[in-house]
Amino acid sequence: MIRPTLNSSIYGLSRRQLLKSGGAAVLTTPFVSRAWAATTDINMLAWYGHGEPDMVAEYEAANNVKFVPKYYAGGDNMLALIAQSPPGTYDLILSDGEFVQQLNLAGYIEEMNPADYPLDDMLHEDFKQFPGHWADGKMYSMMLRGGHLGVSYNKNSVTAEEATSYECFWKPELEGKVGHFDWHLPTLGMMSLYNGNGAGLWDLDDAKWDAVQETTMGLRKQVGGFFDYGGTFNGLKNGDMQAMVGIGDWITGVLEKDGAPVASVIPKEGGIQFTESYSIGKGSEKASEVKKFIQYMMSPAGQVKSAQMAAYPGFCVTKAGRAALIEADLAEATRSHQIEGDAQDPITLINEGRIHYRDVPQQQGLEDWNDFWSEYKNA
Amino acid sequence: MLSSSGRKFNLYALTWRLPIIFWQFIFFVGPVLFMVAMSFFLVKNYRMTEAFEFVNWSKMLSRGYFWDSYWYTVFIAGVSTICAMCIAFPAAFALAFRASESTRRWAIFLLIIPFFTSYLVRTFSWFVILSESGVINGMLGYIGLGPYTMLNTSFGTLVGYMTLTLPLVVILQTVTMANIDKNLIEAARNLGCSAFRTIWQVIIPLSKTGLIIAAIFCFILSFGDFVAPFYLGGSQEPTLPILILDTTKSGQQWPRAAVVAIMMMATLFAIAFAGIALAYRKKKGAK
Repeated sequence: MIRPTLNSSIYGLSRRQLLKSGGAAVLTTPFVSRAWAATTDINMLAWYGHGEPDMVAEYEAANNVKFVPKYYAGGDNMLALIAQSPPGTYDLILSDGEFVQQLNLAGYIEEMNPADYPLDDMLHEDFKQFPGHWADGKMYSMMLRGGHLGVSYNKNSVTAEEATSYECFWKPELEGKVGHFDWHLPTLGMMSLYNGNGAGLWDLDDAKWDAVQETTMGLRKQVGGFFDYGGTFNGLKNGDMQAMVGIGDWITGVLEKDGAPVASVIPKEGGIQFTESYSIGKGSEKASEVKKFIQYMMSPAGQVKSAQMAAYPGFCVTKAGRAALIEADLAEATRSHQIEGDAQDPITLINEGRIHYRDVPQQQGLEDWNDFWSEYKNA
Repeated sequence: MLSSSGRKFNLYALTWRLPIIFWQFIFFVGPVLFMVAMSFFLVKNYRMTEAFEFVNWSKMLSRGYFWDSYWYTVFIAGVSTICAMCIAFPAAFALAFRASESTRRWAIFLLIIPFFTSYLVRTFSWFVILSESGVINGMLGYIGLGPYTMLNTSFGTLVGYMTLTLPLVVILQTVTMANIDKNLIEAARNLGCSAFRTIWQVIIPLSKTGLIIAAIFCFILSFGDFVAPFYLGGSQEPTLPILILDTTKSGQQWPRAAVVAIMMMATLFAIAFAGIALAYRKKKGAK
């Protein structure tokens, strides 16, 4: 048997060739390791959709980061997830605007430098110092996007004129065809608006709270079901539900783009705005990477991505973002009324005082509202 | 060595029993004890804090909506059990007494197949069939009927429960009836028993234990199911599993959810023990 040697290798490598190859490998190692550098994981706590590829894949590829999303449904759920995790678990937190204050009070988020973000370019003055986002002159959260909640309906059974009031939910033909997004806050807020509480919709004394409960109970016979995100989608899509309380374009927008005859409008009694904001998790070791990502999302390109988010659309909050959306996707900008001069332009609606920012009950606890919600569901 | 009861201590037997004892302790007794303890905890700032307060119990048990959900859940699970037992019986009877051995084996295999897929997926597939623009209403439309509302109703919930329980109930009933001594049935017929009387006075009494066990399984599965009442029933009326979700969703009230869960367990224990007692009850004078 002939044993192979390095000089006459059966692998076809001479000693000289082997040394050359080995040397080359050693010399190129730093470059290889840089190219294959460990990707930085960024733990994100957010509503569903924000960590999906349509939102982050491009950024991940360009910045060698990887988002690890943990999705929640509802501010309570978000607060609980943070409360039950060690500090620093979440690097990036997307929160509904009304819960930012609680995040800050509990010490879950870092202070942010206003100079890092395009506050001067915000579409509305309110967005610059949004309630709860600032405390003692310090900024803790950056508004990313928003959306409006009003009357969501099927155009085949509710006319555009009828949809100009929450009254349409009581239309006799809709008995058993009105669905609820299963969360007390938006629905009871809408009932409060319907009762004429206007800007004081969350600040209800006992008499007004009783009246809101009575109004809501009056709607019960119309109700065909209580749904989560998927159920709401299905109910509207297959026509089992002809109107939906507690939602807005964030759901009908997706269906509308898919060709379903549904729409959302802000009725004359007013609508509710949900706001989503980014914060940096307290104790995060990746604060600079997170800041960079938030800056990207606030850039025109990021704002367009946010407006087009596959899971649910939202409107741009910066002027440059809106301009970029109009340029990149005029159809979506038109559909979502993000055009100056449109009667349902989100900014116009705010200026007209028809939009009220979603908040938590001021004179009752969330528990009281939830208790009533359970009672309502069982009625 | 004798135990206190005078029976011989058997190390070999104990060795074989230990895994199941260990398993039950780790995965059943331990969590149940923790759940009972948790029902006395308090929630502060969305975080559970250890305490020994009865506030969760008094809060939940004094609420009308809890009892509404409770009785509705008992009712709908009871209806589900009756429906499943009635629908399954003719099928199981045919498989046990009319079908050949190989047909029965194939039928049982086919009944097991649904369990290969996710129950959630099977439930969602009912949307296509039950919705107002779905398959059933589409067919009824051809003969000028409908559309009928089937989703988001108690009927929808029942359809979901049947999806979950019916294959299991058919299997249990079939296996039970297939094990009845056929000579006893033939004897009854030879002595002039009608077919109906044979079923009523011979087959059902002989398969009583298996039938009751099948009914208990059906009730337990329906009583604790979240998917069918939520997705096909539209949460109206909410059952206890939906109430648990609602309770945890708002304010993260896990201790109050624990109260609901304990009430559910107590109910299921009571029904299961009553059922088992009935199944194994001997007639007076019987050995």
